[in-house]
Amino acid sequence: MAIYIVKRLAAAVATILVIMAITFFLMNTIPGSPFLTEKSTPQQIELANQKYGLDKPLIVQFKNYIVNYAHGDLGVSLKMQEGTPVKKILFGQGKFVLSIKLGVCALLVAICLGIPLGCLAAYKRGTWIDGLLRVLTTVGVAIPTFVLASTLLVAFAVKLNWLPTLSGSLDSWKAYIMPVISLSFYDVCYIAKLTRTSMLDAINQDYIRTAKAKGVKNKWIVLKHALRNSLIPVITFLGPLAAFIITGSFVVETIFSVPGLGKYFIQSVINRDYTIIMATTVVVSVLVIVMNLVVDIAYKIVDPRITLSSTDE
Amino acid sequence: MAEQNKLLEIRDLKKYFNIKGSGFRNKQTVKAVDNVSIDIYKGETLGLVGESGCGKTTLGRTIIRLYEPTSGSIIYDGKPIYDSEKNIAEKMLPYRRKMQIIFQDPSASLDPRMTVGEIVGEALDIHKICSSKAERSERISELLEAVGLNSEHSNRFPHEFSGGQQQRIGIARALAVEPEFIVCDEPISALDVSIQSQVVNMLEDLQDELGLTYLFIAHDISVVRHISNRIGVMYLGNLVETAESYELYRNPIHPYTKTLMSAVPIPDPKITRARERLILEGDIPSPINPPSGCKFHTRCPFAEERCKQEIPKFKDYGGGHFAACHLLEK
Repeated sequence: MAIYIVKRLAAAVATILVIMAITFFLMNTIPGSPFLTEKSTPQQIELANQKYGLDKPLIVQFKNYIVNYAHGDLGVSLKMQEGTPVKKILFGQGKFVLSIKLGVCALLVAICLGIPLGCLAAYKRGTWIDGLLRVLTTVGVAIPTFVLASTLLVAFAVKLNWLPTLSGSLDSWKAYIMPVISLSFYDVCYIAKLTRTSMLDAINQDYIRTAKAKGVKNKWIVLKHALRNSLIPVITFLGPLAAFIITGSFVVETIFSVPGLGKYFIQSVINRDYTIIMATTVVVSVLVIVMNLVVDIAYKIVDPRITLSSTDE
Repeated sequence: MAEQNKLLEIRDLKKYFNIKGSGFRNKQTVKAVDNVSIDIYKGETLGLVGESGCGKTTLGRTIIRLYEPTSGSIIYDGKPIYDSEKNIAEKMLPYRRKMQIIFQDPSASLDPRMTVGEIVGEALDIHKICSSKAERSERISELLEAVGLNSEHSNRFPHEFSGGQQQRIGIARALAVEPEFIVCDEPISALDVSIQSQVVNMLEDLQDELGLTYLFIAHDISVVRHISNRIGVMYLGNLVETAESYELYRNPIHPYTKTLMSAVPIPDPKITRARERLILEGDIPSPINPPSGCKFHTRCPFAEERCKQEIPKFKDYGGGHFAACHLLEK
C-alpha cells in the first residue's frame, strides 16, 4: 500500500508539470497582456514587462516558474492586486477558506442527502415515492445552477426577505443556506440517481437472496449487503466532485457575492493575471489528483476484490 | 415410506409471477409452480429433476418461502407455516433456523464484501446462536472444518477461493444455524465435474452425521439417482411422477420420465445400441400460456384426444409410485 501511494505521488508530480506546461503556453497564446489598458503607452507596457520578466523568451519564463514553484514561490499578482504575493492572495485573504467552507458543506449535503434518497427510491421501487424522487432528481439534474441560484435569491431574499441577498464572507449561518443549496442541488440529484441504479443492481444479486435465506431483516439487507455493494459508482463520482466543489464555483460565488476562489480564478483569466492563473490551476490539479488517489484507496476498502496495482499482491 | 414421519407436507402449492407485457399487452402470469403436492420425509433425500425452466428452483424456494407462495399450503413438522385458505403466513425467522438452502452459483451467492467468517457468522448472530465472541469464532472454525476448509480461511474473502471451495463456504453458511432441512438448489451444476463428486459425497456425509433432510434439485438425472431416496419429476410447473429412486429408474411410467430416462447415457455400447430411444421433440412450451389438459400433450409421443381436454390426476399407482397421466388409467 505504501509503495503504491509513493508511486502514485511520483506520477502526480509529473502530471502537475504537464498541466503547468499546458496552462502556461495556452495562457500566453491568448492575445492581450496584464498591463494593457486604454491609457497605457507602449513604453509603460515595456517597463512593466521588464519588471516582471515577461520580456524574456517564453521558455525562460516557464523555466523560472518551475524553479520558483519548486521553491514554494508562487510569484506576485501582476494586475488584480499588483505586487501582492499570490500565496497571500489565495491562502491569506480567506478566498480559499470561503470556497472550502461552502464546498465542504455542499459536499456533505450531497452525500448525506443523495445516498439516502437513492436508497429510499430503490427500496420503494415502483411506488409513488420512487416516482416522485425520479421526477425530482431528473429535474434537479436538468436545472442549470444559475437558474436555481437566481430563483432562490428572488424567492427567499428579495420577496420573502428571510435570507440575506449578499452572502459575503459567510458571517452567519443564514448566509450559507442558499449558496450551499445551489452548489449541491445537482450533486444531490445525481448521487441519488446513481445510488438508486446501482442499488437496484445490487438488490438483484444472488447474495441478497442468501442474506434473506439466513433470515436477515429487509432493512438490514438493504443497508448492510446492498448499500456496501453499490457504492463504487458513487465513490467514483465523489472524487473529482470533491476537488471541484471545494475550489469554488464562479456562478454561485458571483450570484451570492461571495469573494471566493472560484470567482477569483475566472477574473484572473479575464485580467490575464498570469501568476494567479498558474497558481489556481496548480491548486485545483493537486486537489483533483489527491482526490483521485483517495478514491482509489476507498475502492480497495469497499471492495476487497480490487487490487490497487499488480505489485500490490 | 408410509411409516416414516413426514417433515414437510406440501399441498396444491402455486407460485405465479406477474410480468409486465411488452408493448400494449396486459400483464401476464408465469405459472412457475402450479398445483404441486408432495411429502418430504425425515432423513430422506428427495431428488427433483426436470428441464430448465420447469419450476424446480421456484418450487424449492417457495417451499422455504424465499418466494411468497401464490396459494396452497406448507406444513412443516406438523405445524402449518403457510396456508392460503386458512390465511396462515407464519413469520419465517424461527423457520430459517430449520430450513436452509444451498444455491446454484456459489460465487454470486456470497457477498463479495464480507469475509468468510462474517458470511458464516452473520447467520449465527441473527439467530443468536452463540453467546460469546470466543464461542462464535469457535463455531465458525468448526463449520469451516466440517466442510473441508481451514479455520484460517475465515479472514479471507470469497473471491480468493475456487468454485468448489466457494460452494463449501455456502454449505457451511447453510449449516451454521443447525438446520433440519436443506434445499440443495443445483449445488453442483456450476462446478467442474472433478469437484462435483467431492461436493456430493460431502453432502451425503453431512446428512449421515447431522441427520439432515434434503430436497436435491438438479437437471442431471444420474447425480440425482445417486444421492436420492426418492425422485420427483417436474414438467412445466407440475409434478408428473414421483417414486423411489430405483423404481423410477427401472420402471418409469409417465411418458415424460420415460423420455428423460432414455436420454441418460449408459456406459455400455451394446445396451445403448439395443435400447429404444424416445426422443422428445420441440421445446418446452411457455409457462405463460401452458397447453390445456395435460401440459405434456404437445410433446408426448402417446398423446390422445382426452389429454388435450382433461388435466390428469396425480395418483398412486402402487407402492408410493405416483404419476399424472391419463394413459395409465386404462
